[in-house]
Amino acid sequence: MTSTNRTQQRTISALVQDKPGVLARISGLFRRRGFNIASLAVGRSETSGLSRMTFVVEGPEEVVKHVAAQLDRLIDVVEVRDITESNIVWRELALIKVKAPAKTRGEVLELTNVYRANVIDIGVQSLTLEISGGRQKIDSLIELLRKFGLLEVIRTGRVATLRGTLIEGENDGLFQSDASSPTYILPVTSGESGSV
Amino acid sequence: MSKHLSGSQIVCEALIKEGVDVVFGIPGGAILPLYGVLSQYPDLRHILSRHEQGAAHSADGYARSTGRVGVAFATSGPGATNLVTGLATAMMDSVPMVAITGQVGRAAIGTDAFQEADITGASMPLTKHNYLVMRADDLGATLHEAFHIARTGRPGPVLIDIPKDVFTEMGNYDPDASLNLPGYKIPGKAKEHEVNAAAKLINESERPVILAGHGVILSQAFDELKQFAEKAQIPVVTTLLGISSFPEDHVLSTGFPGMHGMAYASLAVDQADLIINFGSRFDDRIVGDAKRFSRKSKKIHVDIDPAEINKTIQVDAQVVGNIKDVFGQLLPKVKQNTHVEWLQHIEHLKAEHPSLRIPESDRLMGQHVVKALSDVTKGEAIITTGVGQHQMWAAQHYQFKNANSWLSSGGAGTMGYEVPSAIGAQVGNPDKLIWSICGDGGFQMTMMELATAVENNLPVKYAILNNNHLGMITQWQDFFYGGDFQAETYTANPDFVKLAEAYGMKGIRVTKQDELETAIAEANAYDGPVIVDFVIEKVDDLYPMIPAGQSIEELIEEPNQ
Ligand SMILES: Cc1ncc(C[n+]2csc(CCOP(=O)(O)OP(=O)(O)O)c2C)c(N)n1
Ligand SMILES: [Mg+2]
Repeated sequence: MTSTNRTQQRTISALVQDKPGVLARISGLFRRRGFNIASLAVGRSETSGLSRMTFVVEGPEEVVKHVAAQLDRLIDVVEVRDITESNIVWRELALIKVKAPAKTRGEVLELTNVYRANVIDIGVQSLTLEISGGRQKIDSLIELLRKFGLLEVIRTGRVATLRGTLIEGENDGLFQSDASSPTYILPVTSGESGSV
Repeated sequence: MSKHLSGSQIVCEALIKEGVDVVFGIPGGAILPLYGVLSQYPDLRHILSRHEQGAAHSADGYARSTGRVGVAFATSGPGATNLVTGLATAMMDSVPMVAITGQVGRAAIGTDAFQEADITGASMPLTKHNYLVMRADDLGATLHEAFHIARTGRPGPVLIDIPKDVFTEMGNYDPDASLNLPGYKIPGKAKEHEVNAAAKLINESERPVILAGHGVILSQAFDELKQFAEKAQIPVVTTLLGISSFPEDHVLSTGFPGMHGMAYASLAVDQADLIINFGSRFDDRIVGDAKRFSRKSKKIHVDIDPAEINKTIQVDAQVVGNIKDVFGQLLPKVKQNTHVEWLQHIEHLKAEHPSLRIPESDRLMGQHVVKALSDVTKGEAIITTGVGQHQMWAAQHYQFKNANSWLSSGGAGTMGYEVPSAIGAQVGNPDKLIWSICGDGGFQMTMMELATAVENNLPVKYAILNNNHLGMITQWQDFFYGGDFQAETYTANPDFVKLAEAYGMKGIRVTKQDELETAIAEANAYDGPVIVDFVIEKVDDLYPMIPAGQSIEELIEEPNQ
């Protein structure tokens, strides 16, 4: 390798054949080149027989830049795009089960509203919330809920798509610049179910 | 029109449709149903190897020497795992191969059944693609896909694993069905702007060097390379696998650079202002320290595999496409040139750094053997090798005249390649002279295949450069481990002449320089396989050498400099 040892994260969107072994081929390639998969989301796409995968991979900058070309070489990968530097919108989803006895329930619900999360299950002593959005938004809700007592946090990987309209200067691809402003929220494409 | 056949029959019909006429393999329980129908297909010649690794390397030697897809059969479990070294060897050198393995019955898969091995899992990173076929109906399409993938784009090995009961299941085979490979991309015609940018760099350059890789051979662009080099008067260095892509008696031929290449070739690469890489992957044995590789040059990379561009060396221009076609596009755009000064300088480098001087000695040395082989065969034989000192002496001292006449495991460095690859090459080229230049170490890794040569009347000539050592290891321990020699000497090599006789071959022993020519001529004249045991006694060091990961500054040209 030439130059740097800096680690970088890249967001890759791939359309792959929906058959056994495909994920093993892809993860084998990442393993061989020493990439870590920071997140992965797989689901059926809009075309039958094809799945959409969104990965966030991290590795040495010079090497990880090359990941899309390597992936494209796999026969089962139909299309692959490194969307790190593209104008994309992306979302993660989290389910958060938090302690919520009568005493604190009101406060938890208030946060739920502020963060536009949904209550999807109500227990006697707990609430389960669903939140989607950028990583920082989810991170900060989790932090705020921590003092009430987190019972379980389940997070998906990232799903991403190119924006339908071009808005100059927007770049959600790098984690470093992932502040998600609600103005630009587009619906997540139906194919990307966000399952991990 | 669709036919209703057994899985085994579908496999055979699809092989024949793909033009396969010979298969190397060994049967076993899981693949017996396929062997059970071979008698119905007399056009498919089956050569019984003695080890599956041998079958794979024979298929590889056949493929490299003919440009056709080599085919190997093996049974499940150990049969399949024995193929793995052969697959890895072919993968590293982009050799078109299809391996067909039997698998345990469908119901037993995943239960640790007798002779079960997850060969698709094991071979995934060592093949271009692989398949586990679970229905006879899918067999025909899978086979045709596999051949298409193996031979097109950047070629490579493809493995097809077939459960025993899929061979016996009845299924439909439509020989004319179209391929369904939405994810398989073969680059088409190279982009005009890429070709133009490359042509501009070439026309502007004053000290260009062509680096011709295996891609030139795989795309059979021998004439095109020659025309191109002659038109613009550009010196040609090859990679180790690019040897025999350009005639070595041509004035523009400038050897091969890198770890054990000619010093003048490494210097030419270092001093160039432009490297035009045709179908090489800038392998580390050429590049050494990437930061210090040919620092004064711009680089153009022409390759059919876009994933190779900028993988290890950042380039200034890229052209993605089939090498032969790219030459066609490039040639009219490249100006006629003379590069008088640069070519004079190259001549000067060749004179100042002869590199291939054989030290004065009365002893028989590896270099003498290869030199004599080259002279007696006039550089016209097909040469296969193992891995080690003998391989590098073969690359250095044999003067290759014919296109695609050098078969060697460059990427994987597989010892043992020498014996079976020669068998495959002879099967594919029955009328050509095949010399296998062997190490005594590598030879003993696959020498069971001698029986295959004898059984099939294949007149392969084996030249063992017998130093009773793992010569290359000895040299590395001497250079890099303070002379602490470990596990490098053979004290019990067999008598290779008697071994030849035991196999029903001719055996000749050569111990002196003045016996070389007669012995080689005698082997050439003999109508059958021969072993010539060249006893070179002592381990000599191999020069020039650029130690691993280093660069031209660390070049050791000759001993004790
Ligand atoms: C299968 C395999 N095992 C080990 C090695 C490591 N290795 C590289 S060269 C070498 C010595 C080869 O000895 P020999 O075949 O006698 O050739 P020589 O160097 O003596 O000419 C060894 C062990 C290898 N390349 N391949
Ligand atoms: Mg030896």
